[in-house]
Amino acid sequence: MTFMKKTLAASIAVAAASSMAISTAHAEISDGEVRIGYLADMSGTYRDLAGPGGQTAMEMAVADFGGSVNGSPIVIFSADDRNSADVGANTVREWIDQRNVDMVGGLVASSVSIAVTKVLQENNGLGIVSGSAASSITNEHCTPNHIHWVYDTYPLANGTAKAVVEQGGDSWFLLTADYAFGHALEADVTSVVEANGGEIVGGVRHPFPTSDFSSYILQAQGSGAKIVGLANAGADTVNAITTASQFGLTQSGQQLAGLLIFLNDVHALGLEATQGLLLTTGWYWDMDEESRAWSERYFEETGRMPTMVQAGIYSSTMHYLKAVEAAGTDDPETVRAKMAEEPINDFFARNGSIREDGRMIHDMYLAQVKTPEESTGEWDLYNILSTIPAAEAYRPLSDSQCPLVQN
Amino acid sequence: MTMIFGVPMAVFMGQLTLGLVNGAFYALLSLGLAVIFGLLKIVNFAHGAQYMLGAFAALLGFRYLGINYWLALILVPLVVGGFGMLMERFLLRRIAHLDHLYGLLLTFGLALIFEGTLINFFGVSGARYATPEILQGGLNLGFMFLPTYRAWVLVAALAMCLFTWFMIERTRLGAYLRAGTENSQLMQAFGVNVPLLITLTYGFGVGLAAFAGVLAAPLYPVSPTMGSSLLIVVFAVVVIGGMGSILGAILTGLGMGIIEGLTKVYYPEASNTVIFLVMILVLMLRPAGLFGKEA
Amino acid sequence: MATSHTTEAVNLPSAVQERQRRAKFRRNMFYLALLAVGLVAPFVAYPVFLMKILCFALFACAFNLLLGYAGLLSFGHAAFLATGGYVTGYLLASYPGLTPELGILAGTAMATLLGALFGVLSIRRQGIYFAMVTLALAQLMFFVFVQSSFTGGEDGLHGVPRGSLFGVIDISSNLAMYYFVFAVFVFGFAVIQRTVHSPFGQVLKAIRENEPRAISLGYNVDAYKLLAFVLSAALAGLAGSTKTVVFQLASLTDAHWHMSGEVILMTLLGGVGTLLGPLMGAGLVVSLQHLLAQSPLGNWVSVILGIIFVVCVLSFRSGIIGELSKMYRKNFK
Repeated sequence: MTFMKKTLAASIAVAAASSMAISTAHAEISDGEVRIGYLADMSGTYRDLAGPGGQTAMEMAVADFGGSVNGSPIVIFSADDRNSADVGANTVREWIDQRNVDMVGGLVASSVSIAVTKVLQENNGLGIVSGSAASSITNEHCTPNHIHWVYDTYPLANGTAKAVVEQGGDSWFLLTADYAFGHALEADVTSVVEANGGEIVGGVRHPFPTSDFSSYILQAQGSGAKIVGLANAGADTVNAITTASQFGLTQSGQQLAGLLIFLNDVHALGLEATQGLLLTTGWYWDMDEESRAWSERYFEETGRMPTMVQAGIYSSTMHYLKAVEAAGTDDPETVRAKMAEEPINDFFARNGSIREDGRMIHDMYLAQVKTPEESTGEWDLYNILSTIPAAEAYRPLSDSQCPLVQN
Repeated sequence: MTMIFGVPMAVFMGQLTLGLVNGAFYALLSLGLAVIFGLLKIVNFAHGAQYMLGAFAALLGFRYLGINYWLALILVPLVVGGFGMLMERFLLRRIAHLDHLYGLLLTFGLALIFEGTLINFFGVSGARYATPEILQGGLNLGFMFLPTYRAWVLVAALAMCLFTWFMIERTRLGAYLRAGTENSQLMQAFGVNVPLLITLTYGFGVGLAAFAGVLAAPLYPVSPTMGSSLLIVVFAVVVIGGMGSILGAILTGLGMGIIEGLTKVYYPEASNTVIFLVMILVLMLRPAGLFGKEA
Repeated sequence: MATSHTTEAVNLPSAVQERQRRAKFRRNMFYLALLAVGLVAPFVAYPVFLMKILCFALFACAFNLLLGYAGLLSFGHAAFLATGGYVTGYLLASYPGLTPELGILAGTAMATLLGALFGVLSIRRQGIYFAMVTLALAQLMFFVFVQSSFTGGEDGLHGVPRGSLFGVIDISSNLAMYYFVFAVFVFGFAVIQRTVHSPFGQVLKAIRENEPRAISLGYNVDAYKLLAFVLSAALAGLAGSTKTVVFQLASLTDAHWHMSGEVILMTLLGGVGTLLGPLMGAGLVVSLQHLLAQSPLGNWVSVILGIIFVVCVLSFRSGIIGELSKMYRKNFK
């Protein structure tokens, strides 16, 4: 596995760099180095969404930036949080206490991200959350010490639900993962569907996680709803879609709406089972020339096309490094302010900007999964149908419960 | 529409059918565990991982060697079962004389190794295994649409269960096996190669897990973690049935599938938990399980 | 399961008494040395890391009390760790006036109650059945934790304040916190040490070695086992409560059955039925996870833990401390 060798080599290089005494230390850069921690699930459920590939993306950003800021080298530490809030929070605490890490990136499982941002707030650090879905991260859990990049449940649920209702899918049956995250998603979708003139005719809350969805699919079929909405994520969504296709859900006239589904899920499920699925995404590798160019470079490193999270990690790391360079310091507060001053327009984010609640808003896209006949390759999976402008995509600040927002 | 307990008749019947399909599947998996425990007194915590290896072997066999589903259904249990025999011969045998708990811990460790290794090579998203052409589509039962493949799973799993039960309870080989584990010295004195018999039995139990894995491959995404969540459920089934009782494992598997299926209609939130509740209740009333003999 | 070499009897000849006195002196000196190591440790190593080891060590010691001295393998001890953690975390986060020691006491009390309930339901079962009943009960608790709103479900419980001990001593700094955790650990360890060497502990060992005989001698075996179970649950709860105060969060990781497996690994690796084994085992497992998580081998953590499991079971069944004391006895006695 060439990819693993590269990670290994990179890690060794990083270790070597960090152990060297840096004599050319820049005055305003603490310890003479810009130290970035990459914390993600490297071995569990979210491995394919961010995982080692996200680290590669971060390393690409550092290399493209030139490996140093104003003469101070950039160093990456990385760790596996194993999807445990415990492990994640402790790792970050130690990074700050022992290694003076300046920024923590990656951050996938919502529970880990919330725990880590609390630690960052207490220690005046800086975090960029790229992988998490929970919109609460910049709502009731917002802090002045972190930014949420890429996406959250609000645009995903809203974008998809609104588009589906507009296309005539006005009666819904919801399959909800039975925990806080699923409930929040369910509430969001319900309000959007109803606001647009649709109705929720039924639903079922299934345990998290569930591997056998046949019973629930049968209930959905019995409900007579036009749309079966999946208010769950990861393996649950994948299992639900597989089962739905086995039970001929779409053949019998119903349609699936995935509220939280990613490129790696669609890739794993295959087009046969997912064709026609509507979804909202923050980015797609094949959406334009710029994205394709970056993705092909990424593909050469990893052998896979990047997910929006992996692309977002590159984008956020780049934006962070530019802010450090412009501010001339890696002091978290100053850099955070600098990052918010600059609009973000790169291969990943269009019309991007950082709000006072820490939410990075940018254009989102409504996509539909291609049919097997349309697809020309392993990774040719989506048709981008329309753009949801940044200002409309995310939860409006007027609804915010974040104490940083003055209402 | 006729209603049963506040649910339309058709939905109720549909759920019952699905419960039976899942139950047959549980039966097959718990059967392997029961054979291994009943005859060898090994608490096989690697059973989930061996089931997963079965599914993976089918997937990789198809991908790299072009082995089709039907061939896999025969070959994979043999290959994975053979691998199981190596495990028994070189690892489990060394601790056979000790407390059963050591067997549990050893197999738990092995399960961690198998899963962790495969995660590193294949990730966790899971891969699709195509349903064989002849089993695609579905049957209209009037009250529901049943995918043909699930009907096949029900038939295949039940047939395998019956075959195993017959082998162990009704044939000479089975009699040797039961006798060999009851009193191995005596059997050895009669010229029966008991250690070989034990290795074969373990291999057979593992083969059953792998067979279930192949059956599951077209149903669920094939991923390294597919066995670990199933494992404790299947364990609960075996405990409820009475550890070591072959018939108990089969009947309890079917029963639990149905109970779980109905829970999914009336209180879906608890459907993962209901089995444990049943288990506690059963053990309160019958300490050795429904079909087990009091130790 | 494991062998024990402690013998206590009355009216021994004075030479034997003398030898025992000397052994006791050596043991006390050894504990004193350990205490000294514990006191200076935070100046050498990272205190938060040490606190994590201490919390898990206490958890493993509690587990070992049950497995090593009563011969009962619980596969559901995570439930007590999590109960302690959640109750303490919830109380401290919701009632700002509450001092940490009261929060910890409440968490421990809840875990004790739960332990009594689990114990009553499971204690009559033996061997595998006992393991499976405790596993099932712990799964039910997991369900409760996922469903309840006070635990924060999947997101977990965050932002638990460390606060001030008795309202006076500020333990928000890592160093102050460390000494508090160290004191808790020493307390827990002392309780276990006293228990093991008490007549109660001797009866437990007798039950472990030969239950029918203990019954025939007139001991109420179930009552002894239940008491051991409740004590073990209480200490596991104490570990969970303390851990929540240290890390300021409680999450489902602590309630998952993998955690019950991990504590078995710690105990097994260090040495079942030895007093220091769990401490050693917890230290090694936590350090290993810590080191591996930040190395290129990070993806292989579970594989390496699995290998340790297998190697322990095959070759080091008495664990590191057990093997060491065997070696010591062989060479110096």
